[in-house]
Amino acid sequence: MIHFVLLVSRQGKVRLTKWYSPYTQKERSKVIRELSGVILNRGPKLCNFVEWRGYKVVYKRYASLYFCMCIDAEDNELEVLEIIHHYVEILDRYFGSVCELDLIFHFHKAYYILDELLIAGELQESSKKTVARIISAQDQMVEAAKEEAGSISYIIAQTT
Amino acid sequence: MSGMRGLSVFISDIRNCQNKEAERLRVDKELGNIRTCFKNDKGLTPYKKKKYVWKMLYIHMLGYDVDFGHMEAVSLISAPKYPEKQVGYIVTSCLLNENHDFLRLAINAVRNDIIGRNETYQCLALTLVGNIGGREFAESLAPDVQKLLISSSCRPLVRKKAALCLLRLFRKNPDVVNADGWADRMAQLLDERDLGVLTSSMSLLVSLVSNDYEGYSSCLPKCVKILERLARNQDVPQEYTYYGIPSPWLQVKTMRALQYFPTIEDPSTRRSLFEVLQRILMGTDVVKNVNKNNASHAVLFEALSLVMHLNAEKEMMSQCVALLGKFISVREPNIRYLGLDCLPAVFVGELLICFMECVMCQMQRMFNRSSIRKNIMQYLSTAEFSMREELSLKAAILAEKFAPDLSWYVDVILQLIDNAGDFVSDDIWFRVVQFVTNNEDLQPYAASKVREYMDKIAIHETMVKVSAYILGEYGHLLARRPGCSARELFGILHEKLPTVSSPTIPLLLSTYAKLLMHAQPPDIELQKQIWNVFKKYESSIDVEIQQRAVEYFELSKKGAALMDVLAEMPKFPERQSSLIKKVEDVEDTADQSAIKLRAQQLPSNALVLADPQPVNGTPPPLKVPSISGIKVGISSNWLDHESASQTQSQPNGDLSKVQSQIPSADLLGEMVDPLAIEAPPVDMGSHQRVYREEDGIPDEVDGTAIVPIGDQANKVEPIGNITERFNALCLKDSGVLYEDPYIQIGVKAEWRGHHGRLVLFLGNKVTSPLTSVQALILPPAHLKLELSLVPDTIPPRAQVQCPLEVMNIRPSRDVAVLDFSYKFGTSMVSAKLRLPAVLNKFLQPLQLTSEEFFPQWRSLSGPPLKLQEVVRGVRPLSLSEMENLFNSFRVTICPGLDPNPNNLVASTTFYSENTRPMLCLARIETDPADRTQLRLTVASGDSTLTFELKEFIKEQLIAIPMGSRALVPAVPVPAAPLAQPPSPAVDANDPGAMLAGLL
Repeated sequence: MIHFVLLVSRQGKVRLTKWYSPYTQKERSKVIRELSGVILNRGPKLCNFVEWRGYKVVYKRYASLYFCMCIDAEDNELEVLEIIHHYVEILDRYFGSVCELDLIFHFHKAYYILDELLIAGELQESSKKTVARIISAQDQMVEAAKEEAGSISYIIAQTT
Repeated sequence: MSGMRGLSVFISDIRNCQNKEAERLRVDKELGNIRTCFKNDKGLTPYKKKKYVWKMLYIHMLGYDVDFGHMEAVSLISAPKYPEKQVGYIVTSCLLNENHDFLRLAINAVRNDIIGRNETYQCLALTLVGNIGGREFAESLAPDVQKLLISSSCRPLVRKKAALCLLRLFRKNPDVVNADGWADRMAQLLDERDLGVLTSSMSLLVSLVSNDYEGYSSCLPKCVKILERLARNQDVPQEYTYYGIPSPWLQVKTMRALQYFPTIEDPSTRRSLFEVLQRILMGTDVVKNVNKNNASHAVLFEALSLVMHLNAEKEMMSQCVALLGKFISVREPNIRYLGLDCLPAVFVGELLICFMECVMCQMQRMFNRSSIRKNIMQYLSTAEFSMREELSLKAAILAEKFAPDLSWYVDVILQLIDNAGDFVSDDIWFRVVQFVTNNEDLQPYAASKVREYMDKIAIHETMVKVSAYILGEYGHLLARRPGCSARELFGILHEKLPTVSSPTIPLLLSTYAKLLMHAQPPDIELQKQIWNVFKKYESSIDVEIQQRAVEYFELSKKGAALMDVLAEMPKFPERQSSLIKKVEDVEDTADQSAIKLRAQQLPSNALVLADPQPVNGTPPPLKVPSISGIKVGISSNWLDHESASQTQSQPNGDLSKVQSQIPSADLLGEMVDPLAIEAPPVDMGSHQRVYREEDGIPDEVDGTAIVPIGDQANKVEPIGNITERFNALCLKDSGVLYEDPYIQIGVKAEWRGHHGRLVLFLGNKVTSPLTSVQALILPPAHLKLELSLVPDTIPPRAQVQCPLEVMNIRPSRDVAVLDFSYKFGTSMVSAKLRLPAVLNKFLQPLQLTSEEFFPQWRSLSGPPLKLQEVVRGVRPLSLSEMENLFNSFRVTICPGLDPNPNNLVASTTFYSENTRPMLCLARIETDPADRTQLRLTVASGDSTLTFELKEFIKEQLIAIPMGSRALVPAVPVPAAPLAQPPSPAVDANDPGAMLAGLL
């Protein structure tokens, strides 16, 4: 299983964290610190897997961002590597050639999408189309609620 | 996020902070702000709450402690509207972990959403529980989640989340899923058509069977079905293929699930599974697209691991090993890493040995990975007997090569001796001794280490040897440690004496003598004990033991003299590891015997010459035992073209005639080279004996005892006859040009006009790389040749293609030579190979009618455009055979043109850069009474072409491998004696000549 997902920039700034195994706040900070040190300093020609504390961390760099997923030692690394790419492709499709800024200012979207991709540290959906459909349905619901909230009748209902 | 301006502003502010300190100030300010707002909760709109909660998450993500506001986040879960609810769920699941108290407060709200009718809320709730649900959630929610999963009224959207949610709950508390009740449902879930639900369900199954497979056997055939469906790409919607691969993730998961079942009983299920696996193993190639490559190899590696698990037939296993060998040799680091990672799992039987070789050559750094070493060690204790020795030798070499430090090396070797003492040859412990002797720092460590091993109840004799030696030399360095006084060391060593064989006893005696010498202050009691031992062995029937006992006894009485005689061993000179040498020697011998074997398989009348010259480097000066050798050489070569009976009927006289036209040394070069067979393999026994002798005499172990004797010239012999291969390639466009035990060079050619494209296929046949690969083309003057870059290294079992562009400038029979060399291990192999870019390749078949032929024939009258020659010593061929021969080198026979049925006329077109396409005509007049002679007339519009073509045809007709001159390309062609035709005057009585005149 995937124990956590970590997006960290070339400068070591965290862009997203998602923990599927219980880590306390302290442990989380420690893991991030330790792991960004390991991964940011790895040479570009090395393989995408790092053995770390009895686990394996599968990572891949996209532009200035490192996507990392920590898995069990016996898990299939290549499979996870492609989950990362799958996620990136979905982000890319959603934002339209995604860049780090998109993930900074719309970090909540990155979370929503991740939740449609992974649950319990396991892959939930391998169809990009399906994920895109679900996310756009969510967006519509949020929009609909906003419109409703903006309507005069709603304001009247709220005040009375 | 439109409308949430406050959040965007805050993010921008953070981004604009110049340093960590400024960022902290900004964050603190924001946290204070949020805290105040939350305190005056009353006026907080859901929108504001949402905004603050997002900010909290952002701050949390930056790594700051957010120790308040959790309540607000959790409270949003029960908000009535979707936007707030969504934020509540997602922020809660990010901020809190399963052990958090606040989460308990949410259980009810979450449960309400799960059992409620709103599909969207169900999804949010299931996601939260799936991501951070703990034990309490498991107990209170599992039945509800199960219901959703199997409900037929729920959409896939909900069900796939329910599957993973249940997985989480099961992990937290395995009791919530009971195999009795759930197995059938699980099996039904595997019939699911929606691949999203199926993927999640498969993850659930993996989790269930990894805990306990029992009860789930009904799922097994279904998994195989799913795998078949995916591997065959049946009924897989486009959106579920990933870079053309039907859901690689589901494939991997399914194979993972299958690995938790100990075996597959049902033969038909097993068979179908093996078919699918076979398809995966065979069908996966390294492709350019990284993602496709990763995905297909994710599947491949899982398939490999399943094959190993299922204990497949040997054939399939060796396929796997071959694949792994390929993986670790590919450039792509991920696949290489995984190949290595997989490695220990496939240590099966003898396959391991070839694999280890591969590993040794390539995977230097990797040996430091403890998992691999551990696995090798583990494997040693269970391996088949026959291979253990070789294996342990290689393990020792690996250890030596890649040891991070020397003490590590000592550890590993001692461990090796301890685990697999029977298979650790003496070279291995000699090598340890050498290291310890040469490194003072290592001496106390090694001594204390072997001392530890001596405490074991049963230790291997080899361990006794190495311990005795090291303790004898360096035991005194431990004197201050408890249990390590000279007397104690003697006691513990002497205990082992009754258990060892007689070759070890002298070694122990030496150790005793040394212990006695080192005992400071002199220990009378110890002296007495040791003298007793010496006395006891004075009458041993083993001469070695007796001699030592007597000598040591006498020496030890002398006191000071003993010191000199038994002084510490001097350092060994640095040399190449004896172990590596040993492996090389063994390999050489193996290769040699293989060659010998092949030699025996050759036709019995083939010439076998013992040629002591190495093939490497420059062509060896040719030494031929006797002239009869030449003749046999020719006829044996001949034999391969013709049936044996024809050869026997062939009069010897003709052969010598032919031979006289050829520069004999070069001819011999042709003959000797391919057929020369290695002298009998060097007797390894003599090497072994050296070690044996030294066994019991550690005091005399010096450099020579450990380092094997002498260098052996490495000789690599080609397989098959190079000349024959070349001749065959002159007539066809693809085939093998050269082959030896390590490499095979294939050729594939395409010819168009005066252009040609030849592709050399350099195939490494072994599991180690071939290095220093060099291919030089020595082009003759008439050809322009361009060879693309040849890589320096050919990876194991890989094939490299090297295209070669050829352009023909003018007619010539000169042959291009490929000077090819490479290095295998330490030996250079080189070969000069003629390339089949010969004259006839630039011919285009052309069939003429008599109306076209005769006017041309007449217009080309006489030398130098038309040349005629009587050729003798021709291979006896029937007319139809001769027709075939001509057609095969693209000189087309035009049937029916010549009124005499014993004659043939032929035509062709020749292409070169300097000439326009030239029509060439030929006439062959045979003599039915004597098939070994004929008259050949060749005509074309270019005198050189006429001459060259005539000579070429002659070469083809005569049973001499053509172009043997090419081995020495420096010889200019026209000067070659072969180029001088016997030039017989046209015989007036010759009926053929008269006919020619008529034509």
